Amino acid sequence: MTNSIQEFEEAEVFFVIGSNTTEQHPMIATRVIEAVRKKNAKLIVADPREIKLAKLATLHLKHRIGSDVALLNGLMHIILEEGWEAKDFIKARTENFEQLKGIVAKYTPEKVTKITGVDRDSLRKAAEIYAKAKRSMIVYAMGITQHIAGTDNVKSCANLAMLTGHVGHPSTGVNPLRGQNNVQGACDMGALPNVYSGYQPVTDPKAKEVFAKEWGVSDLNGKVGLTLTEMIDGAERGDIKALYIMGENPLVSNPDARHVARALRKLDLLVVQDIFFTETGRLAHVVLPAASFAEKMGTYTNTERRVQLSREAIPPLEGTLPDWKIICEVCSRAGYPMNYNSPIDILDEINRVTPSYAGITYGRLKHSWGLSWPCPNEDHPGTPFLHKDKFARGAGAFDAREYIPPAEPPDEEYPFTLITGRVGFQFHTGTMTRKASILEREAPNAVLEMNPRDARRLKLIDGGTVAVESRRGEVHLPVAVTSDIPETVVFSTFHYSEKNINELTVCAIDPVAKIPEFTCAVSIRRI
Amino acid sequence: MSQTLVVCPFCGCGCNFYLHEKEGSAVGVTPSREHPVNQGSLCVKGWRAHEFINHPERLKSPMIRHGGIVRDATWDEALDLVSKNLINIKREYGCDALAFLSSAKVTNEENYLFMKMARAAFKTNNVDHCARL
Ligand code: SF4
Repeated sequence: MTNSIQEFEEAEVFFVIGSNTTEQHPMIATRVIEAVRKKNAKLIVADPREIKLAKLATLHLKHRIGSDVALLNGLMHIILEEGWEAKDFIKARTENFEQLKGIVAKYTPEKVTKITGVDRDSLRKAAEIYAKAKRSMIVYAMGITQHIAGTDNVKSCANLAMLTGHVGHPSTGVNPLRGQNNVQGACDMGALPNVYSGYQPVTDPKAKEVFAKEWGVSDLNGKVGLTLTEMIDGAERGDIKALYIMGENPLVSNPDARHVARALRKLDLLVVQDIFFTETGRLAHVVLPAASFAEKMGTYTNTERRVQLSREAIPPLEGTLPDWKIICEVCSRAGYPMNYNSPIDILDEINRVTPSYAGITYGRLKHSWGLSWPCPNEDHPGTPFLHKDKFARGAGAFDAREYIPPAEPPDEEYPFTLITGRVGFQFHTGTMTRKASILEREAPNAVLEMNPRDARRLKLIDGGTVAVESRRGEVHLPVAVTSDIPETVVFSTFHYSEKNINELTVCAIDPVAKIPEFTCAVSIRRI
Repeated sequence: MSQTLVVCPFCGCGCNFYLHEKEGSAVGVTPSREHPVNQGSLCVKGWRAHEFINHPERLKSPMIRHGGIVRDATWDEALDLVSKNLINIKREYGCDALAFLSSAKVTNEENYLFMKMARAAFKTNNVDHCARL
């Protein structure tokens, strides 16, 4: 996020796209709802589904699935035509404006209505509300990043914010909501194939030197590594021989589950380190039992970049070890000794080699509600909003993108579009939340949400079972009839491994961010 | 009974709550009132965050699988098996035949150490996590 959660209280306009906020980020949704109810903030929701926030919205744009770039370009087209852009901001803070103008010029309301299904009036109203307010925030989540055009969608959000000057001030900005509790931290810490901690490229000789020195090694690999989807493909091809997985369940969370299972079975060594015996763990050669979050101390970075300390509440369950200790053991036994007395020592090392975390020390975290990075030294107060006087790389560069259609559009054989997501009662692949009795009672199994008109056409009643088939697999699910979802679109969740919806999903990948597109075409028949 | 301030493990909002302990087990949750994000409240998932911690299905021993048979193993045996095989595979097929998948659920320190393991101990940049999912 470029801005902090507290700043939501003072926003005048929220533009929420691809985020089912009430289900996935309840505390942020609460802020949005309060701002709308108590402070008359305006809310624009862009989502094909009738999500809960849409019921509160000033304006609900039900654009077609995968048409986000066209929608955003269309809004920018109108803003430029009306002269609502922030001319001073563009001049002082940005570059490449001509490129943006050139591309969005093509996205006339007629064209955009055709692609997105959103009428001209709504487009104009949305553009006006967002552009003319003083403090407008864009909020997005996986709904726009899990597409082959994911990077294009994110760029387009940034373009819209820069065009209108809604960035670099309190209660504005472009705010991606991160799903799992420490996605932000995992990225910051360099659990990525191309960067060390603090986004320092592995290809940069200077960064390499810093880490080589700290780690006492001379031969660090300078070649960018593989992303998760490439690892799985590599395993299937036989190039990847060993995979060490900590706290993830890719067999359930990845698209095209059968392909993942095939790939994992080919490995010479699969190590799974987790707190429960997951589906992926069942394929492992070695399973290592880890301690849970309550049984160790450490820091987590939330979606607003706030680094917070979590303390050890109970001792590790007998027989388990915290993840950091297991890693130390494996490395030491492999001839690379790692000696840390506690996570505090590790944080010290992070402070030394990660400029954006340099001032986020244990001593300060112990007595605060956390610090937001960048925080370059111990006297620095942290940074609740980014890009205040200038963008990280100097001038903000516009980078307009063209709309590309989804990877697997519906056709005669597979006439429905399947989208996947989460519900508020469960978390990710369900390994933790499904163990909580109340949560399991509220949302015990996967259902397929379907529009009443489609249900009527297929002669289905609520609760009736259907076979959902894609080019990759078939899953049987009970139907939940709801007008929250548009016609010819169906929705299901991926928390439930016994009905693994990811056996159906497609593994077409965004060429830059390498995020798979989960949305795919399916056929549905009554059984 | 004691209570300890922890960060909620279920989403990126990062609410804080006090986890109540009784005889070594987690038994309940009270939201932090002063915390700037949650200000005294929690969502339904946070309120139930203690339930999975002492669940009977928690793994309590390392396990090793030979063919179709899975058996319990000691930590020593399991850790040696992992490190020995990683080294052998690295020797035979090169560093980039190894891959490491980290987690968006564990701490910063653990993510840092995991990528250090991939890069410093095994000399590969094949390290990623599930942010993209
Ligand atoms: S209590 Fe709910 S909103 Fe807060 S961090 Fe936990 S899951 Fe997220």
